Amino acid sequence: MGLTTNKVIAPALLGVAFVILAVLPQITEGYILTLLIDILKFVILTVAWVLFSGPTGYMSLASAAFYGLGFYIAAVFSGDLPFAVLVVMAGAVAFLVALGVGALTLRLRGVYFAIFTFALVLLVQNVVLEVERLVTETRGRFVETVSTEGVYYALFIVAVLTLVSGTLIRRSRYGLALQTIGEHEEAAAHSGINVVWTKVLIFAVSAIFMGMAGAIIATRRTYIDPYIAFNLNNSFLPVLMAMFGGMGSLVGPVLGAAVFTYIGELLLTRFPDLYMLIFGVVLIVAILFMPNGVLGLLQGIWRRIRGGRRASA
Amino acid sequence: MTAFRDIFITGLLLGGIFALVSVGLSLQYGVARVLNVAHGEFIMVGAFITFFLLGSFNLNPLMSVVITGPAIFIVGFILHKTLFRRLMDSSPSLDVFEGKSMLASFGLLYVVQNLARIIWGSDVEGYNFLNTTVTSAQIPLNRLVALGFVIVIGVGFYFFLARTRLGKAIRASAQDPTTAELMGVNIHNVLAICFGLGLGMAGIAGSLLSTLFAIQTSIGLGYTVIAMIVVVLGGLGSITGAMIGGIILGLVSSTVTYFQPSLTMIAYYVIFIVLLLSRPKGIMGK
Repeated sequence: MGLTTNKVIAPALLGVAFVILAVLPQITEGYILTLLIDILKFVILTVAWVLFSGPTGYMSLASAAFYGLGFYIAAVFSGDLPFAVLVVMAGAVAFLVALGVGALTLRLRGVYFAIFTFALVLLVQNVVLEVERLVTETRGRFVETVSTEGVYYALFIVAVLTLVSGTLIRRSRYGLALQTIGEHEEAAAHSGINVVWTKVLIFAVSAIFMGMAGAIIATRRTYIDPYIAFNLNNSFLPVLMAMFGGMGSLVGPVLGAAVFTYIGELLLTRFPDLYMLIFGVVLIVAILFMPNGVLGLLQGIWRRIRGGRRASA
Repeated sequence: MTAFRDIFITGLLLGGIFALVSVGLSLQYGVARVLNVAHGEFIMVGAFITFFLLGSFNLNPLMSVVITGPAIFIVGFILHKTLFRRLMDSSPSLDVFEGKSMLASFGLLYVVQNLARIIWGSDVEGYNFLNTTVTSAQIPLNRLVALGFVIVIGVGFYFFLARTRLGKAIRASAQDPTTAELMGVNIHNVLAICFGLGLGMAGIAGSLLSTLFAIQTSIGLGYTVIAMIVVVLGGLGSITGAMIGGIILGLVSSTVTYFQPSLTMIAYYVIFIVLLLSRPKGIMGK
């Protein structure tokens, strides 16, 4: 009974959400659209992060590197190439870079991988700074902007792409292989999974979406420099949002990204001085008291209600 | 030849500073298994407390380590007893705990940095202290003092670990927490003390750094990154390794700065990444 209602209600809800988000720019503009752009950006980054780190258990802090690469590509070629080409190119470059980086580093385990990816962001940032200093003798670049509506739709399409590929991967043999690697890498290798290739590929695939998101967001600004492009917050926040939402499914990260971004906006407008402080407190509380995220918490409450009903019957 | 001598001396002095910044982080990770991303924030707090004490009570910055060290030790002890202890109990494995504690320390980073900004603002502060040079090689006296402190801390800590009962308990807990607990070591106290000591060292480092460099409430993350590089260079958890790693990074820094200053940061990361890939356990790692 529960299963059939879930099977009907969930897709219906998804459909409604899809339609509302698709027609929204026709009805409204201004603040709500800007807020949604922010939310979509973090939905993409968080879901893409969960694609790799969720099943495999490797904590990547490299999101900002791939996001920043996309950001920079958009800045370098802005004006010369059409917007759509820029976005695709950013995804392709991020994919190739992640492929190389992943092949080199995915034998590092646990905390070493986290430290490595953390350093990667700063390395790429400094290399770009140095290249800019030598080649163009400037620090930043100007970017041709795209209309808010265009940015929104581009992000919306990439977000849907990310979610669809995420769902397909989770349901495939490939997703199962990833899950197995996360649970026991040696066992996975022994059962015939090409562990290295599987890990590297998903790392690179998740980087595509991060790079695309970066390229799209770059067109929101008129001026960018390496410090803006390779901001470490874009590595930390997706991890926190995923933890906050819960990593058991793809709904958790989406929920986490949406709620967290919205809370962030609220705090930023109401208490600009306390914004990051409260943010930090929320984060610690979330890690301490919600090991399975908001979604886990909701599911727990729901189960308790249903359990209670059954007990009284 | 003089160029070579200058590079060497500058590198050694800088290495002392790097080692000072990193020893605490090594201790936090080596025993308490917390990769504390907020490490640099406590360096910043130590620096600002020193600056405040100098401004308000005219306290000698070198004397203020007696206050910053213990005060931040207590903060660390309480943090471990409440926050990290809880995370430890709720984590099924050490790997999960390492991931979670690192994320919690991100939260800590935001909290400490922004509290500091509310209290001390975001201006650049600084003062002159022992800003004279000695000998013909133009060695800045304050850097020499910092290097001296590192050596004292290193030697003192070595004897603390080797000769005292608590030191023995700490070493045992680092090697095998479960067995150490079975032998009657109060493991939670030991871990909290180690985490506290690590933070206390960050506080002391902050006090000394404020005599050398300008301070600002946003300087923390930069020091965290340096500490991470040094600690990985030397081997996560090894105090001697942190000392050696610091000196190596210092020498690298002074050499690269001599030839092309803008490449210093890139050199850090390249060395760091090459080492991480070729020998992840670090120079002194087991």
